[in-house]
Amino acid sequence: MNEFLFSIGIGLCILVFFVLYRVVYGPGVFNRIAALSAIGTKTLIILLIIGFLYNRVEMFIDISLVYALLNLIGTLAAAKYLEMEGVKQ
Amino acid sequence: MSLTLILSVIFLAGGLFFFTTATIGLLRFPDFFSRLHATGKGDTLAVLLSLIGLGFYEGISLTSLKIVFIAVFMFLAQPTATHAISRAGLRSGLKPWMKEEKKG
Repeated sequence: MNEFLFSIGIGLCILVFFVLYRVVYGPGVFNRIAALSAIGTKTLIILLIIGFLYNRVEMFIDISLVYALLNLIGTLAAAKYLEMEGVKQ
Repeated sequence: MSLTLILSVIFLAGGLFFFTTATIGLLRFPDFFSRLHATGKGDTLAVLLSLIGLGFYEGISLTSLKIVFIAVFMFLAQPTATHAISRAGLRSGLKPWMKEEKKG
């Protein structure tokens, strides 16, 4: 089962590198923020899988919970800032 | 192999599949709103499936209770973030993509 979890984590890491293309080259700032939010959700699952692989999941689950909260707050703050008038994109 | 292990493998594989489709949509679709259409719904479902699979793997404990809490929170938070970013894009003047003959 550990090998299966390891392969799922490797697959998610490869997907993060694909999404990173959209963060770097994406036209405009909104594409970049949407791609960053997608990277954050993938990182949450990767953190949990790391916790299961190292047998320390009761520590990593709290980090993952905080990561989910910060991802939401960051995306909402960026959206609210870009929605204001007079902000150059 | 016990039943919970088989269920965990099925849910984790489904989660990875939906993450892959959401990423392909994010890379290949033509404009901002259709990219959000792919990644908002696909990532929500994929996170939900992956967390359910990890919860089956853990069994009944305080950790799996926290995993269920993260799943409920992500099910509320992910559509909220998608809605906020798409509304910001619409109000700051991004045009939705259309077919060529409808433009003129």
